[in-house]
Amino acid sequence: MIEITIGAISRPMEAKKNKTGDWGTEYPIVDVEKCSGCRSCEMFCPDLCVEVVKENKKKYAVFNYDYCKGCGVCAFVCPENAIRMEVKEIYKLEVE
Amino acid sequence: MKYFSSGHGACPGCGLPIAVKNVLQALDGKCFVVNSTGCLEIISSQYGKSAWGVPYIHSLFENAAPVAAGIEAALRALGRKDEGHVVVFAGDGATADIGFGCLSGVMDRNHDIIYICLDNEAYQNTGHQQSGLTPMGEATTTTPVGKLMPGKLGKKKDMVSIAVAHGIPYVATSSSAFPADIRRKVKRALEFEGTKYIQIHSPCVTGWGVDGKGGIIAAKLAVETGLYPLVEFEYGKLTRVRKIKDRKPVEEYLKIQRRFRHLFKHPMGKQIIEELQRIADENARKYGLDVEKK
Repeated sequence: MIEITIGAISRPMEAKKNKTGDWGTEYPIVDVEKCSGCRSCEMFCPDLCVEVVKENKKKYAVFNYDYCKGCGVCAFVCPENAIRMEVKEIYKLEVE
Repeated sequence: MKYFSSGHGACPGCGLPIAVKNVLQALDGKCFVVNSTGCLEIISSQYGKSAWGVPYIHSLFENAAPVAAGIEAALRALGRKDEGHVVVFAGDGATADIGFGCLSGVMDRNHDIIYICLDNEAYQNTGHQQSGLTPMGEATTTTPVGKLMPGKLGKKKDMVSIAVAHGIPYVATSSSAFPADIRRKVKRALEFEGTKYIQIHSPCVTGWGVDGKGGIIAAKLAVETGLYPLVEFEYGKLTRVRKIKDRKPVEEYLKIQRRFRHLFKHPMGKQIIEELQRIADENARKYGLDVEKK
């Protein structure tokens, strides 16, 4: 239900409450050892859910799965091949 | 990022947010965004779900450029020029078809704005109808493939040459597959006074018929085959191009997309592919894209 305020004012960055993380069928996993923190994925990610963090002089990418739609662009552009796409548990077909 | 937020409604792998976030990053958020009707408006400005962190206005399909010109004139009249640049984000239909006359007028008056055309090569928001920037041979809902028609018959409108012909200070093309290139070109555009036109090739996953990462792969191949040359014009002179090492045949770009797959079995398909290859060769010759072998 949309709540309409007086004057129907739209606030900035309200899209954050729209959790798009459940759209995709896949999700990216970062190999922290391989990741060089080059920010390629951060630059490309259409859903702006990558952040490069620094920990003990080691830089690596961290994904926000609340918003990731699982497009796989990050895995394609990664120069170190440090990102792989994994199918979500609920979409895995059971093969007997 | 403070200027464009997650949670917008774009398809997975869409090229528009990649272009938009890199433009806003290059401008450090110091801008007033004017948006024409199109996919970008739909995905980012639903009521209560606005993704923008910068001032944003949407008016109509055809008048994004004059609205931006009005904002620029108002800022100038009020002495608030240093508050930010006026940036237009418009789709290819809003640029080359519907808003073409208005854009021409703004370029003629040389208002100090940055006009960014997000070129996904059809009206993808309403369901993939052909626009002026649709390339030859593309199957759209208004140029369907049948016994007689092999998709769109006309050529892609050369908006870059049209913009250059207006005598504006800066014209460039870029691609969502090269975000660093987008940032550099937007920063370069800021150095000029007058209308700046940047055309960004941004893939549409549903319209082009590719999977999530396929959009970026296709956009990259468009540059590597010479069908979408990345060029820069300053005051009408070609100043910089992205050179291509070992230019690929256009088939590599065409075969991965659903919108071109009929070309490989349609009786007129071979002719269209040859014509597209000729366009790519023509681009390479015109802009000097190939790296000369020693």
